[in-house]
Amino acid sequence: MYLARVIGRVVATRRYPGLEGVALQWIQPLGEDGAPAGRALIACAAISSGPGDLVHFVDGREGALACPRPFVPVDAAILGFVEQAVARGRRIGEG
Amino acid sequence: MFLAEVLGTVVSPVQHPVLAGEKLLLLRVLRPDGSPAGKTRVAIDRARAGVGERVLVIDEGNSGRQLVARENAPVKTVVVGVVDYVELDGALAYDARSEPSAG
Repeated sequence: MYLARVIGRVVATRRYPGLEGVALQWIQPLGEDGAPAGRALIACAAISSGPGDLVHFVDGREGALACPRPFVPVDAAILGFVEQAVARGRRIGEG
Repeated sequence: MFLAEVLGTVVSPVQHPVLAGEKLLLLRVLRPDGSPAGKTRVAIDRARAGVGERVLVIDEGNSGRQLVARENAPVKTVVVGVVDYVELDGALAYDARSEPSAG
């Protein structure tokens, strides 16, 4: 699992069966200093997250398991809101 | 599996139900020599690890699901051990026994 910031939404009305109603969102993974790390990716949202939220997400096969139907072509899923993340005593990803 | 240093904690009051009650740790992934590998991870803590400790981490779905004992759980990154020492090429690369408790 990783920390990320939700930076946008993706809307695709025509999609693989089983993915109806699943929110797709752009997320930017963050490093231990809270700065962007690596490239942004699209994840399905298992929570009601939206742009600006600090979240944690899982990648790989487990992404699909977080969806309402687990046999769907998904490789990343937002699992939770992050209220506070601390690295070496310093809060990160604030704002 | 890989080794990591515990940087801190992640508080997530609203999340997927399978993670309810789990302590989440923020990890810095390490190379064999202990230098940072440049990745930051979030993991479930199943080893009662503390900040500053070096830990053993699995990142594989079937193992993660066994640990939380839930079928189809979207879990794969779990801290499963606290490292005492590491030997590399016949020498000690890390030794928690000789270090003051980190924090």
